[in-house]
Amino acid sequence: MYILKVNKLTKTFSGLTAVANINMELKPGELIGLIGPNGAGKTTVFNLLTGVYVPTAGTMFFTKDGKEIPLHGKKPHIICKDGLARTFQNIRLFKDLTVFDNVRIAMHKNVKYSIISSFFHLPSYFREEKQLYEDTMELLKIFRLDDKKDEYAKNLPYGDQRRLEIARALATEPSLLLLDEPAAGMNPAETRDLVELISWIRDRFNLTILLIEHDMHVVMNICERIYVLDHGMVIANGTPDEIKRNKQVIEAYLGEDIENA
Amino acid sequence: MTMILEKSWVKRLLALVLTFLIVQVLVSTNIINTYFQATIATICINIILGVSLNLITGFTGQFSLGHAGFMSIGAYTCAIITLRMSNTFGFLLGVALGAVFAAIVGFLVGLPTLRLRGDYLAIATLGMSEIIRIIFLNMEITNGAAGLSDIPRFVNWTWLYVFTVGTLLLIKNFLNSSHGRACIAIREDEIAAETMGINITKYKVISFMIGAFCAGIAGALYASYFYFLKPDLFGFLKSIDVLVIVVLGGLGSISGSVLAAILLALISTALQAFPELRMVFYALLLIIIMLFRPQGLMGSKELSIKYFKNLGKSLISKKGGA
Repeated sequence: MYILKVNKLTKTFSGLTAVANINMELKPGELIGLIGPNGAGKTTVFNLLTGVYVPTAGTMFFTKDGKEIPLHGKKPHIICKDGLARTFQNIRLFKDLTVFDNVRIAMHKNVKYSIISSFFHLPSYFREEKQLYEDTMELLKIFRLDDKKDEYAKNLPYGDQRRLEIARALATEPSLLLLDEPAAGMNPAETRDLVELISWIRDRFNLTILLIEHDMHVVMNICERIYVLDHGMVIANGTPDEIKRNKQVIEAYLGEDIENA
Repeated sequence: MTMILEKSWVKRLLALVLTFLIVQVLVSTNIINTYFQATIATICINIILGVSLNLITGFTGQFSLGHAGFMSIGAYTCAIITLRMSNTFGFLLGVALGAVFAAIVGFLVGLPTLRLRGDYLAIATLGMSEIIRIIFLNMEITNGAAGLSDIPRFVNWTWLYVFTVGTLLLIKNFLNSSHGRACIAIREDEIAAETMGINITKYKVISFMIGAFCAGIAGALYASYFYFLKPDLFGFLKSIDVLVIVVLGGLGSISGSVLAAILLALISTALQAFPELRMVFYALLLIIIMLFRPQGLMGSKELSIKYFKNLGKSLISKKGGA
């Protein structure tokens, strides 16, 4: 039983192979790390999984309500509806919109009222907008962003922006959450909070989480399993302890001190 | 009675009706003469054009230079119908069909071109608008370059007001809905919007179609008010005129577009007295406004009582600080 099965996934950009023959299996509820040196192709894997890039070869299957559905070749918004959500390495919030609207927009896929209803504000509009308001507030409260709901996203402190991005991703009600370097640029205190938050939301929202991270403390502490990517290929896969002792991994990271993590 | 008055929509309705009545009285007592009535018609038509282009460019972030094309479709449709069916029903049919045809063309053009971004989209829409103009130039039914004249006039202040306020309300309502917010999300960040479950092609095309629909209405009103149509009226410069309104008012501000449409029409009327220098002044004014307010008159904010309150507060705090 797996939630995501990636088979021989390959992406080439006009001759340059970014990722090659990636195989991955994620079980429901797992918290998995994806690590590797810079330029190893980690973010490319995320872009392939979420449909931002179309794979050159290979297949991706996602399990939704017990049924196996293919993800390859699908548009990002369809993949989002299937239950995959993500955050971005270089934060991609809707900067000029409020915190509230950032989250509310992500709930759009559940909106059923028609465009006609949006023009004339028919009863269905008011009913669903009220629901949207309540759902958004609930999510913002969980992330302790409710008192900042009217602030523009661009004016939030960095740590809050990262958390808002996670909140926005959760608003799409995913079963698999992809986090692209959530701790990047955070100070140690913020990172500690984040680690707690990640484990907590996994239990609270029944998520499977795949996480790219450079901060080895974070990865080694919370991930149950780790995939290591180098030059576009998976060079190792195992528990944190196994990864720490893996020769190939140490070689790929030569100069980086993962032994002490 | 006071209970009802406190409801905000009642106040708004009252304000709308009052504005209508005041102008109506001024028109019927001839205090606003025919000349100014034409200015008012221009203002109303430009408001519809400006707000609808703002929906495409300011709110959805798609840079379009094809608004004159959509306007001409509405104008010719309405003119051709009213020339054959000279009654109010014919006029309303003309407006409706004009708007629908413009929206259909918007759909056909938008589907392939909205994959382009920024400058590329601008050039593609510009080309589309020129193609429409040249089709009208060569068609029998539009009387080619000579144009259509003696189009019956059905548009008066009442119709202008109804269509302008109607367009404004519908676009405002749309933007205040989840569908409208999806369009705004596309402007903010296409990739993020897409990964948050928004079908960006669908919403770009929808926004483009609504914009084209409204431009069609504006064109129909134009045809019915100014008697005369020729393809030259809907050239490249007309699209630029509309773009000026949108940029001057502020990308992403409906009230900004309304203000800019009024302001530009008034300036242009006031400068009628100096025909030689008119365009020089007009251009200078635009340069000056853009130098001092590059974000446009309103930026992306909306004019409201709350806006004035905040403005007052910030002025007071500035004084207090100094």
